[in-house]
Amino acid sequence: MTDEQPLDSFSPKGPLEQRWTQHKYNLRVVSPANRKRYRVIVVGTGLAGASAAASLAEMGYQVKTFCFQDSPRRAHSIAAQGGINAAKNYHNDGDSVWRLFYDMITGGDFRARESNVFRLAELSTSIIDQAVAQGVPFAREYSGYLANRSFGGAQVSRTFYARGQTGQQLLLGAYQAMSRQVAEGHIEHFSRCEMQDLIKIDGKAKGIVVRDLLTGELSSHLADCVVLCTGGYSNAFYLSTNAKGCNTSAIWRAHKHGALFANPCFTQIHPTCIPQHGELQSKLTLMSESLRNDGRIWAPKNPADCGRDPRDILEQDRDYFLERMYPAFGNLVPRDIASRAVKHICDDGRGVGHEINGQKLGVYLDFADAIREQGADVINEKYGNLFDMYQRITSEDPTQQPMRIYPAVHYTMGGLWVDYNLMTSVDGLFAGGEANFSDHGANRLGASALMQGLADGYFILPTTVSDYLARQTPLEDKDYPEVQQAMNYSQSRLDRLLSAPEPKHTPDHFHRRLGKILWDHCGMARNEFALKQAIAEIQQLREQFWREIKISGNDKQLNQTLERAGRVADFMELGELMCIDALSREESCGCHARVEHLTANGEVQRRDNDFGFVSAWQFTGDVVQPKLIKEPLHFDFVSPGIRNYQ
Amino acid sequence: MNFILHIWRQATPQDDGFFEKHELEVEPESSFLEMLDALNERLIGLGKEAIVFDHDCREGICGSCSLVINGEPHGRHQATTTCQQYMRDYHDQNELWIEPWRATAFPVIKDLMVDRSAFDRIIQAGGYIPVRTGAAPEANTLPVAKRVADKAFDAATCIGCGACVAVCPNASATLFIAAKVSHLSSLPQGQLDTKRPAKMLARMEAEGFGSCSNYRECERVCPKQIGTDTISKMNKLLYQR
Repeated sequence: MTDEQPLDSFSPKGPLEQRWTQHKYNLRVVSPANRKRYRVIVVGTGLAGASAAASLAEMGYQVKTFCFQDSPRRAHSIAAQGGINAAKNYHNDGDSVWRLFYDMITGGDFRARESNVFRLAELSTSIIDQAVAQGVPFAREYSGYLANRSFGGAQVSRTFYARGQTGQQLLLGAYQAMSRQVAEGHIEHFSRCEMQDLIKIDGKAKGIVVRDLLTGELSSHLADCVVLCTGGYSNAFYLSTNAKGCNTSAIWRAHKHGALFANPCFTQIHPTCIPQHGELQSKLTLMSESLRNDGRIWAPKNPADCGRDPRDILEQDRDYFLERMYPAFGNLVPRDIASRAVKHICDDGRGVGHEINGQKLGVYLDFADAIREQGADVINEKYGNLFDMYQRITSEDPTQQPMRIYPAVHYTMGGLWVDYNLMTSVDGLFAGGEANFSDHGANRLGASALMQGLADGYFILPTTVSDYLARQTPLEDKDYPEVQQAMNYSQSRLDRLLSAPEPKHTPDHFHRRLGKILWDHCGMARNEFALKQAIAEIQQLREQFWREIKISGNDKQLNQTLERAGRVADFMELGELMCIDALSREESCGCHARVEHLTANGEVQRRDNDFGFVSAWQFTGDVVQPKLIKEPLHFDFVSPGIRNYQ
Repeated sequence: MNFILHIWRQATPQDDGFFEKHELEVEPESSFLEMLDALNERLIGLGKEAIVFDHDCREGICGSCSLVINGEPHGRHQATTTCQQYMRDYHDQNELWIEPWRATAFPVIKDLMVDRSAFDRIIQAGGYIPVRTGAAPEANTLPVAKRVADKAFDAATCIGCGACVAVCPNASATLFIAAKVSHLSSLPQGQLDTKRPAKMLARMEAEGFGSCSNYRECERVCPKQIGTDTISKMNKLLYQR
C-alpha cells in the first residue's frame, strides 16, 4: 500500500439512513446448524467485549473470552459515570437520529466517517431497549418512565443514566448476559490472562498467545477470527483517569502484525477531574461532567487572590471564564474547549490549589449558586455520590466550599483502524469499543463512549463477524508453525525484560517519565518543536528502559512487576507514534491543538483541504519509521463548518 | 507520617503465610494503595519480590481492591473501598496489620490476593435476566415505579468485592446474592425467573461459603452500603411463593 492508494473503509453508498439496513442485507449469514463449527476469540470483556461475546455466543458460535482482571465485571467500563446517549426524543425537544448524528459529527470536528456515526446514532435507541430488558436500573421519573438529562454540551435531553454509575450498570448487564452464556457452555472464559501476541496463519488472524498471570504459563488459542475489545491507551500518560491495568499491549501487538493504528494523537482531556496533589500520585479521578450542568466554573481575576479562601473572594473579583468566553453554551461547552480554557487560565497564573512543578493547577467548580436556587436537597439528590467521592479524596466538602478541578487524560479516540465492518487491516482481526478509532473523530462527546461500546458489541460485531465467518472454512486443529513462532516471540520478550544488562529502575519509574514527556509535549497544547523534542526524549528513554529495567522475581510465577514492565514497554513505542502523528497533523482539530494553528482567541483551526483524512499508521519493522496511509473523509450530508459554541 | 506495617506474605496457596514487618514514611495525602506502591518500589529496588495485591480503578467502583486493615475489611473509613482509604485517616494509628480476605471459598493466591472466581460462578447460576440480544421491546413500554427502580438500583450497586464474605463469621455470600436477587427480582422484567434465589444459594453452598445467621456484619462493611433488607427480600421470594 502506498500513499497514492488511499484506504477504503468499504462504507456503503446511498442514502445515509438506509446504509446500515442495506448493508446488513448484503452481508452473509451462517446457518444456525453450522455456527457451532466456528470459533471466535474475544480479548477484553468490558462493555464492547462482553456484549459482543454474549451476542455471538447466543447465536451459537463457540466463543473464548479473555481478560486480565480477576473477573469480567471489573473492566474499566465500570467507572463511566455520566450516562449513555440515545436519540429516543422522550423529552419531545426536537431530538432525532439525524440530530444525534449531526452533534457527533460536529463534536468530533469533522474527523469521523459519516456512515459510521450515523449507524451509531441509529443503533443508540436499541441499546436502551436492550439494557432495560436486561434489568439495567436506569433513572426514572415519577411516572415510571425513563428519565433523561442534558449532558456534555448537548442542547437536547437524550442522556440516560443510573445515578453516577451508568457504566457500572451497563457493564453488569453485559457481564450477566455473558455469564449466562458461560453457564450454557457457549463461552469459555479465562480471567487473569493477558494477551502477549497475535497468531496469523496465511495472513489471517487465527489466534492469540496469552500468559496466565497466576502461573506465568504461556498458551496458544486458535479460532476462526479474533476480536479485540481491549480499551484505550490513556495510561500512556501514566497519570490518567483510567484504571491502573488499562494498557495498549493487545492492540499494539496487533499493530506490529500489520493492523494500522489510526489517529493515535487524538486523546481526550477531560476538564472536570480532581487536580493532582503530589508527585507520587498513582492516578487521577474523574468527576462526571454532569456537574457542569449546575456547577459554575471560575478562577480569581487577580492572581494575588489565588491563595485565598475562595469563599472570601468577592463576586466582582471572580472570572466565570467559560460563561464569559462562550455565552451560548457557558459551562456546558464540549470537553476539549473547556479543558483548553482551564489550561489557559492556569498558564495565565490564575490557577488555584496544589502547586505541581511550580504552578497551581486547578480552577473552581462552584455549587453555591445552584444550592441557593434549587436547595441543598435537590443538588444532593443529583450529585450526592460525586460529592462524597470528592470529599473522600480531598477531605473538602463541595457543598461548603467550591470544588477544585483540572483537566486529565480520560479517553482515546484513536485506536486500531477499522473499516465499516469493524475489521482492522489484518484479515479476520476485528476491533470494538475504545480499542478502535471508529466513531468519535477528533473529540468524543459526553455519554457516547458507552453507546459506541455497546453498539459495537451487541449489534455491529455480531452481524459483521458472521459475514466474515460465512466466508471461512473452520480452521483445522493441527500444528501450525506460526503458533510456535508466536509462542517463542512471547517468551523471548519476557526473557529480554528480565535480563536487562544494567537493572536499575522499576517499571513505574520509566512509566512516570514517559507520562511526563507526553503530558508536557503531546497534551493539551502541541507544537512542532516540543513534539520533535518529545520524540527524541522518548527514543532515549526507551533505550534506557531496555538497558536498565529492573524486575524482581521471574516469569514462571505471579509477577505484577513483570506485567507492568511489559505494558510500559508497549507504551514507550506507542508514545512515540502519538507524537509522530501529532507532528504530522499540521492543523488543529477537536482535542488536537497545534499552537501554530489556533485563532487569535485560541480556537482550533482545521485545515480541511490538507488534513480532511484519517491518519492510519503502518508498522514498517522499525518503530521510529512508521508509514502514513490516508483514508480521505467525505462529507456528503453535513458540510464541515467551524464549531461555534459562542 | 511514619508507619509500622505488618503485611501478610504467602508465596503460594499451599504455603504457610506470615506477617512481614516494614517501616515506612508516607505523606498524609497518599492513598493506602499508593503507600503500598511506595513500599513495592523500595522492595523492587532491593531486588525483593513486590507485595502482590489486587487493585485496578482506584476510584472505588471496580471491586478489585480487597485488604483487611487492622481487622476491618476495606479499612476503618466506612462505606468505601480500600483504594479510597487515605493515610490521613490513620493519623492516630501508626501500626497497621494488613491481610487478605479470609474465607474457604476465597483461597489466597499470593500475599494479599485471593481467588474470588466463586462470585462469577454464583452469577452464572442465575444472576441475570435471560433475554437475547435484539429481543427487547421499546424501553418505555414497561414503566417501573420510581421507588421500585430506585430500590433496584440501590441493590445493583454491589461491586462484588467480597468484603461481606470477609467479615462474616460464617464466610457467607448471602448479602452478595441477595443484592443481585433484589436488583433483578424487584423489576418486572426479572420476575419471570422465580428460581433465581434458590439456584444462586445452591451454588453458594457448593462453593464452600457458609450460610447466613444474621450477624449483619456484612452491611456494616459494605462499601456500597447495601443493607440486609435485601436478604429479607430474598427470603420472602424464597419462602412465600
